[in-house]
Amino acid sequence: MTVPVHLRHDETFVLNLGPQHPATHGVLRVKLTMDGEYIVKAEPVLGYIHRMHEKLAEGGTFAQFMPNTARMDYLHALAFNHGWALVVEKAAGIEVPERAEYIRVITVELNRIASHLLWWAAFLLDLGGFTPLLYAFDDREKIVDLLERVTGSRLTYCYLRFGGVYNDIDDEFIAGTRDFIKRLRGRMPRLYHDLVTHNIILIKRIKDIGFVSAEQCRRYGATGPVARGSGIDYDIRKNEPYSVYPEFDFDVPVFDECDSMARYMVRMHEIEQSMRIIEQALDKLPAGPVMGKAPKVLKPEAGYYYSAVETARGSLGHRLVCNGDKNPYKLKLRSPTFSNLSLFGEVAEGMLLADALAFMGSLDLVIPEIDR
Amino acid sequence: METSMWRALLYLVGLLAFAGVNAAWLGWCERKGAARIQRRIGPCEAGFAGLLQPLADGLKLMSKQLLVPQGVDGIIFRVAPVLAMIPAITSLAVIPFSENIGARAMELSLLLLFALASIGMIAILLGGWASGNKYAIISAARSVSQNLAYEIPMLLTVITVVMISGSMNLREIALDQQGGFWHWNIFRLEHGHFLTMWISFIIFFICSVAETNRAPFDMAEAESELVAGFMTEYSSMGFGLFMMGEYLNIVVGACLTATLFLGGWDCPFGLTPGIWWFLLKIYVLIFTFIWIRWTYPRTQIYRLLNLSWKILIPFSMANLLVTAALIKVF
Repeated sequence: MTVPVHLRHDETFVLNLGPQHPATHGVLRVKLTMDGEYIVKAEPVLGYIHRMHEKLAEGGTFAQFMPNTARMDYLHALAFNHGWALVVEKAAGIEVPERAEYIRVITVELNRIASHLLWWAAFLLDLGGFTPLLYAFDDREKIVDLLERVTGSRLTYCYLRFGGVYNDIDDEFIAGTRDFIKRLRGRMPRLYHDLVTHNIILIKRIKDIGFVSAEQCRRYGATGPVARGSGIDYDIRKNEPYSVYPEFDFDVPVFDECDSMARYMVRMHEIEQSMRIIEQALDKLPAGPVMGKAPKVLKPEAGYYYSAVETARGSLGHRLVCNGDKNPYKLKLRSPTFSNLSLFGEVAEGMLLADALAFMGSLDLVIPEIDR
Repeated sequence: METSMWRALLYLVGLLAFAGVNAAWLGWCERKGAARIQRRIGPCEAGFAGLLQPLADGLKLMSKQLLVPQGVDGIIFRVAPVLAMIPAITSLAVIPFSENIGARAMELSLLLLFALASIGMIAILLGGWASGNKYAIISAARSVSQNLAYEIPMLLTVITVVMISGSMNLREIALDQQGGFWHWNIFRLEHGHFLTMWISFIIFFICSVAETNRAPFDMAEAESELVAGFMTEYSSMGFGLFMMGEYLNIVVGACLTATLFLGGWDCPFGLTPGIWWFLLKIYVLIFTFIWIRWTYPRTQIYRLLNLSWKILIPFSMANLLVTAALIKVF
C-alpha cells in the first residue's frame, strides 16, 4: 500500500516468522515487530542452516569441493558448479574445450529456467494460488528429467569438472531439449500469462508493492532480477562475460517500476531469453571432446583468484586464495541472496504483513545459499 | 403441517445425515476437483476412486491426540469448534429442499439463517482468541472485520428479494418463483426485475464466498501469512470440526443462493419440479466455489474491505433503490 502509515512504536508485539513457517521456504527466521498488521521493524535472523561450506573447502582438494557447491543454491546448482569450476580453472590455468563450454551454457541455462519456474510456483503459493505450482512443476519435471539424463542427478548436480564436463550430451538430450522449449513456449501464454500474470488479483497484490529503489539496490549490493527490476542494467553474462556467452544473441530484461511486479516480469522474460540462448547453443554446438587436459592433482600457484557468474538470483562471486598446496587456502563466496535479503528489513518497514510476505517471495530467497 | 414426534425425529436424523455426508464427501469432491484442475488424479487408493478417503481421514483425525496447549483458555478453546459446527447444521432445519421436504417453514427463517451465520463467525473469533497464538489472533481479527464488512451488502441484497417476494419465509420465497426460469428472482420478467436482480445475485454470491472464508477471500487462514490462522493450535477433531463447519457453511450458502435467486426446487422448463433440481443447483454452486478457490490467488485484507465498503455496499444500496422503484412504478 502506498499510503504512508503512522506507526505506533509504543504498542508493538514481536512476531516470529520462522524458522519454520510456510512462507519462508526454508529455515529463515524474521523477527517482526508489529503494530497490528503493520510491520514496525523486520530483522532477518540467519544461521539456522549454516554448514560452514567455505571452511569445508579448505579441508579437501579442489575437486572434492565440487559437490558442496550444489548444496548451497540447490535450485541453480549448475551455476554454482560453474562458478567454482571457473575460479579453479583460472587459478590452475586449465583450458576448456569449446564443446564443453557450449554444454555448460546449455545445462546452466536449462537449470536457470527450472529455477525460475520453481520460484514462480513458490511465489504464487505465497500469494495463495496453489494450482500454478503444479503447472510449473509439470514443466520443471521435463528439465529435471533432461538434466538427470546427462548429469546423473536431479537436484544437487555435480556435473562440471575442471577442464570440461563429466558427460557428453547425446542426440536424445538435444531432441528432448528442443521439444521442451517448444512445449514451454506453447504453454507460457495460456497457463502462465493468461491464468496468472494478467489476473487482476495478482496484479493488485504485487503491483506497487515492495518498492526497492536503484539506490537501495546499490547500497545493499542487490543483483540479479531484484536489481534489474529496479532499472539497473547489470547482468554478469553481458557486463563481465565469461564462458561462451558473448557468442549468443540475448537481451537482459530490465524494468524500471521497482515493484514486485517488475521483478516478476524480469524473471518471466529471463525464461524466454534462456530459451533463446539454449536454442542458439544447440544450433552452433561444435564437435570435439568434452574434457580438456587437466592434471590429476591440482596445485595452483599461490595467489588471489576471483570469478563471477550470473545465477538465477544474481551475481555469485568466488574469491579463492591459494598457497601452492593441493587444497584451497581460503575460499569466500559472495552469494546473491544474502545481499538481496539484506534489504528486506528496510523495505518491509511500514508494510502490511501480507504485503511483506509477497515482497519476500519476489526476492526469490534460497536459504542454504545465504547461510552456506 | 402437523408436527408429530416421528416427523421431528425423521428430519433430525435426515438432516444430520445430510450434513455429515456433505461435510465428509465435499472434502473428497474438493480434493478430486482440485486434482482435475491441476492435472492430477487426486485420492484414488481408498476405495473406488478414493471414495473411502473421507472415512480414512476421519479415522486418522480421531486417532490423533486432541492437544490443548499450555496457556490457552481451555473451555473456550474446546467449545469453539463445536460452535462452528452447530449453527451450520441448525441452519439446515429451515431450508426448503422441495415443496414437501423441509423441517420447519418458519416465518422469519431468513433472519434466523443470518443470525446463525453470525454465530459461526463468533466461533472463529473465540477459537482464535482462546488459542493465545499471535497468528490465530490476527486471523480472528481479520475474520471478524471481513464478516462484518460482507454481511452488510449481503443483507442489503437479500432485502431486494424480500421486497419482491413479500416474505421472509424461505418456503414462501421459493414458492413465489415456481413455473420456469423466467419466474426465478434472477431472471424475473414481471416488474422488469431481471434488470437489477442479476446484480443482486453477483453481489450475493461474492458475499457468500467471503462469508464462508473461501479463497480468494480466505484471509483468516492465509497459510503463507498466518500458518493456519485460527486453526493453528487445533489438532485432531478440533481441526476436523472446523473443516466440517466450513463445508457445511458452503452447503448452507449454496442452499440459500439457490432458494433466493434460482427458484429453489423449481425446474427451469417447468418439468417435474422436486428435490433433485434443488440438489443439482446447490452442487453446481458448490462446484463453482471449488473452481474459484483453485483458480485465483488470495487477495489482500484491505482490498477485500475496500471491495466491500467502496464497491459492493454502494452498489447494493443503489440496487435496493432501483428495485424498490421498479416495484412502485410497474
